[in-house]
Amino acid sequence: MNESFNLKPGQINGETGIWEMVIGLEIHAQISSKSKLFSGASASFGAEANSNVSLVDAAMPGMLPVINEFCVEQAVKTGLALNAKINNVSIFDRKNYFYADLPQGYQISQFTKPIVGEGEIIIDLDDGLQTTIGIERLHLEQDAGKSLHDQHPSKSYIDLNRTGVALMEIVSKPDIRSPQEAGAYVKKIRSILRYVGACDGNMEEGSLRADCNVSVRKSGEEFGTRCEIKNLNSVRFIIQAIQSEAERQVEILEEGGKINQETRLFDTSTGETRSMRSKEDAHDYRYFPDPDLLPLEFSDSWVQKIRETLPELPDLLKKRLVTDFGITPYDASILVEEKDYVDFYQKAANGKDGKLTANWMITELFGALKKENISLSNSPISPENLGQLIALISDGTISGKIAKDVFAEMMISKKSPSDIVKEKGLEQVSDDTEILKLIDKVISENEDKVKDYLGGKDKLFGFFVGQVMKLSQGKANPGIVNKLLKDKLK
Amino acid sequence: MSNKESIVDIPTVNKIARLSRLNIPEASKQNLTNDLNNILGFVAQLDEVNTSDVKPLASVTGHKLPLRSDKVTDGNIEDLVLKNAPESSSGFFVVPKVIE
Repeated sequence: MNESFNLKPGQINGETGIWEMVIGLEIHAQISSKSKLFSGASASFGAEANSNVSLVDAAMPGMLPVINEFCVEQAVKTGLALNAKINNVSIFDRKNYFYADLPQGYQISQFTKPIVGEGEIIIDLDDGLQTTIGIERLHLEQDAGKSLHDQHPSKSYIDLNRTGVALMEIVSKPDIRSPQEAGAYVKKIRSILRYVGACDGNMEEGSLRADCNVSVRKSGEEFGTRCEIKNLNSVRFIIQAIQSEAERQVEILEEGGKINQETRLFDTSTGETRSMRSKEDAHDYRYFPDPDLLPLEFSDSWVQKIRETLPELPDLLKKRLVTDFGITPYDASILVEEKDYVDFYQKAANGKDGKLTANWMITELFGALKKENISLSNSPISPENLGQLIALISDGTISGKIAKDVFAEMMISKKSPSDIVKEKGLEQVSDDTEILKLIDKVISENEDKVKDYLGGKDKLFGFFVGQVMKLSQGKANPGIVNKLLKDKLK
Repeated sequence: MSNKESIVDIPTVNKIARLSRLNIPEASKQNLTNDLNNILGFVAQLDEVNTSDVKPLASVTGHKLPLRSDKVTDGNIEDLVLKNAPESSSGFFVVPKVIE
């Protein structure tokens, strides 16, 4: 159909017209604490089975939960970074369900009164546009244990190391309208969490995972019935899962069917979602306030103290990079993606040409690191050395072309660019007499071409420049070569 | 007492029992339903008190939720944790297969 050419991201062209998606995300972020939310067992990843388990986590009778202050601080800090309302009184509730990896028979969570209320963030889309996504709430809760189903034909193996690890659940409003926006939202939340230091954002290790609520409707209609896709652990899967789930719903609705509100799983091998074989009462959690925990209360001055520890956040930082260093908003948005990047850039660009530094960092350095599969923190080129290279280009010591060779050498030897330039004698030649010697040599070796040029073949000028550059092994200052050649060939 | 007005019926009792994984013999269900209605009816008397100006009370002791600092002070007690498990293997609890 022709209309499909005008489809926006998140729209589906069905038999009966164009549908739009309505998406809300629940992000579970593991707090970067040393110990668990309510016990003193370690929260680290990858330990021996059941070694990071206290009797509290194992839900032995008589054990009492005591809350981790650091986790409370991180939730408040994240709430502030999400421009959200901080609730000075919040309540812990028991969310009751039975599962083999949940020894308590309930998860301690926050239901009616979460620690953080409504907020909003700005997300950056690929086309340079921005849009605002509302935050519904953020609450603290316990993670569950881990079940392994593939160790034995008729048994499941349970490891409680993750049981009781502190999570923040960040719930968006249903403001998201396309899989791409959902991806951008997750990236932004991840970036904010990493700036704040509340969560390492490692999606592979499961420190950040998302549940996606998806429904479809015709433009302007009420929200449709939604399905929840559980436990997605990469931005790519989030985008794929939402797209395929929305298409599935459109197909059902257009055939006259109805959407069942249900929980679904994304099968990464087929790229489709499938129904979880859940029990009918799975969502009847019978929440009630945990009698073992008093309400969590703190003062405005305590919140203020935490506010003062907030780092400069990506949105403001981006604006500042544009003003302070004269770089484009696009380059700035790449540099603020990770705190590491900005820190590196600011060190490298200190007192240098900011634009040139950004170009070299984003194009050359990121390119080379990606090729070698090295992270920026292990870069063989230090920010100081990149800055020095930029200075050598800016002051004319080396040409941009030679700089690329020096850069390649820096990647291998980790030496400073000035050492490399000295060792290899790569300084740009800007001395007129030196360059004139080269020009004379080229002219005497190409007398016929000189004749042609003077006879009107203007195009040959480039040839002479090339020959002089070649003779200088790329070291002659191209600007000066141009100028002197023009004078000489009058 | 308003226990004439039943708050729960047998289907509700069945549902709560299922959610709580309790096996209740058919013969005791009616009695249990009555008991629950008596308890809920008794508690429902509180609704007669006007509490519109009363703040929710979480504790009568005046204590606040104690906080602990983020230190690893516990764990590495696998043997103790697994001691009561009917079955375990290489540090894991072993249970009948639960597949979602």
